[in-house]
Amino acid sequence: MVGWIDTVIQGVLLGGLYALFAMGLSLVYGVMRLVNIAHGDFILLAAYVALVFQGAGLDVAAATPLVVAVMFLGGYVLQRGILNRTLGKGLLPPLLVTFGLSVVIQNVLLQIFSADSQALRAEALTTASLRLGDAIAIGWLPLGVFLVALALGFGLQWLFARTGFGRALRATSDDQETAQLMGIDHRHMYALATALAFALMALAGVFAGMRTSFTPTDGPANLLFAFEAVVIGGLGSFWGTFAGATLLGIAQSIGFRLNPGWGLLVGHLAFLAVLVLRPEGLFPRTR
Amino acid sequence: MSAGAKLVTRATRASRAAAVAGAIALVAGAALPWWAGSASMRLLIEFYCFVIMAQMWNLLAGYGGLVSIGQQGFLGLGGYALFALANHAGLNPFLCVPLAGLLAALVAWPSAKIVFRLRGGYFAIGTWALAEVFRLILANVSALGGGSGQSLRAMASIAKSTREPAAYLIAFAALVCALAAVYLLLRSRFGLALTAIRDSERASESQGIDTEFTKFWVYVVSAAGFGVVGAIYYMNILRISPNAAFDVSWTAYVIFIVVIGGIGTIEGPIVGTLLFFVLRETLSSYGSWYLIALGAIAVVTMLWFPAGLWGALSARFDLHLFPVRRWLRQVP
Repeated sequence: MVGWIDTVIQGVLLGGLYALFAMGLSLVYGVMRLVNIAHGDFILLAAYVALVFQGAGLDVAAATPLVVAVMFLGGYVLQRGILNRTLGKGLLPPLLVTFGLSVVIQNVLLQIFSADSQALRAEALTTASLRLGDAIAIGWLPLGVFLVALALGFGLQWLFARTGFGRALRATSDDQETAQLMGIDHRHMYALATALAFALMALAGVFAGMRTSFTPTDGPANLLFAFEAVVIGGLGSFWGTFAGATLLGIAQSIGFRLNPGWGLLVGHLAFLAVLVLRPEGLFPRTR
Repeated sequence: MSAGAKLVTRATRASRAAAVAGAIALVAGAALPWWAGSASMRLLIEFYCFVIMAQMWNLLAGYGGLVSIGQQGFLGLGGYALFALANHAGLNPFLCVPLAGLLAALVAWPSAKIVFRLRGGYFAIGTWALAEVFRLILANVSALGGGSGQSLRAMASIAKSTREPAAYLIAFAALVCALAAVYLLLRSRFGLALTAIRDSERASESQGIDTEFTKFWVYVVSAAGFGVVGAIYYMNILRISPNAAFDVSWTAYVIFIVVIGGIGTIEGPIVGTLLFFVLRETLSSYGSWYLIALGAIAVVTMLWFPAGLWGALSARFDLHLFPVRRWLRQVP
């Protein structure tokens, strides 16, 4: 019994990481209806950027802000230079362009870093844990990731609901032409939205790289987890996404406990079950 | 008929020439086992597989507006159907090829009901997740070799001199069937509906086209095509494993082929496959640089030349080898 409680707790904490994965995807989709197929690969790219900084002698704490800054700028340039061109031309261009980018990123990483698995060193942080009784131990790192995800969730909510920047983003998303008449440059707003998403993805990538080792082909799995969290929770609902990520984490960790070969499968099946039984997601936005 | 009357034509001079060339290619292709070596037969089987897949994906995305990144799911299922039926049920491996297509179509039926609940970009990722489900399920079936897969033992009893030409002819027959099916489909009422959906889903709905029904059938037909290809390809390779059979690279190659060749035409996927094989045979020694280049070319094509290679050629020279359109021509 205690073992199962432990499994669920680990699942919830894993869900915190998946919520971070999902926030960027959901943000970009929410603002410009763009589905970035390379989402998972960019998360992975952030982990490799952190690896390069570590190689240059920085520790994780010093490298993280730099990775976030690099990814923020990269996201801005990507949206402004490439992705903005794909918007408003139908379904195919954004999907196929980001899919092409995904393959390019994977193979560039493979070329530079080889197929060997890598990990970010975080010294004591990766092993230290909080003991609750004899059988349950909560790692400080997964707990920290969960709390950071929660805090960022509140932060994003506040940003969108309360600030002028958030209003401008929502206005651009609702009616681009009218927003333009009000003096908002939609290309700049879209680029900022993507930059913000990339900053979140940068954190997600660094955290994921500290939790487990990674290889250049792990990107698509990140995308699938982010996507499943969004669909389980319900499109467009922020706390729904967080709940969806948590449920996905719990399903996977129960699956892994039942049989090491079933973890991911149980997660995917939970996603399909929600899609069949409640296609609008568990916590759809009601307005 | 008075002067100035209009006439609806469907053929062009180029298309009549293409029909003659096609008939010659049909005879040459069918007679190939009698004059070509086994290495070229193997390469051609692979080539035919990619042409079929490109046509099937083009039908989905180029016409139906269904961008799937999960077609490897049906390819893998088709391949595994061959191994299950031939190795374990004792069926003739060649007979398993159409059965593999049938099985893929049967699985696509309920799959469509699930993934069609997602729209646009999320549909794309949903199909991918579904393919992962198929992969993980088969990786857990120990009777079929689990994660490491198995070999096609059923083929051992068939002599090489029978096996190779038979596999080739089945692949060739599948190619001819796929091309004929796509061509006839697009010329029919169904194809007209599909082309209308390609141009504007909302407008075609307002004209009374049942878009859900049309998309559903396109999805099922495309899955059957990928299932047949899976059986043919792995009959050629003789060994299957879940990670290889359900690899997203299958769909990635097919997407690049269709985008570079020209999406939304029948000629585009064929031109794209030719280019893909030429590039592969010349650049494959560069390893991942080859894939980086392929991805980059696809991105550039999508951004600046969305009609692809064939689209550019056909606009420049008014060339249509597979006439699926209707032209209004002045009667002299």
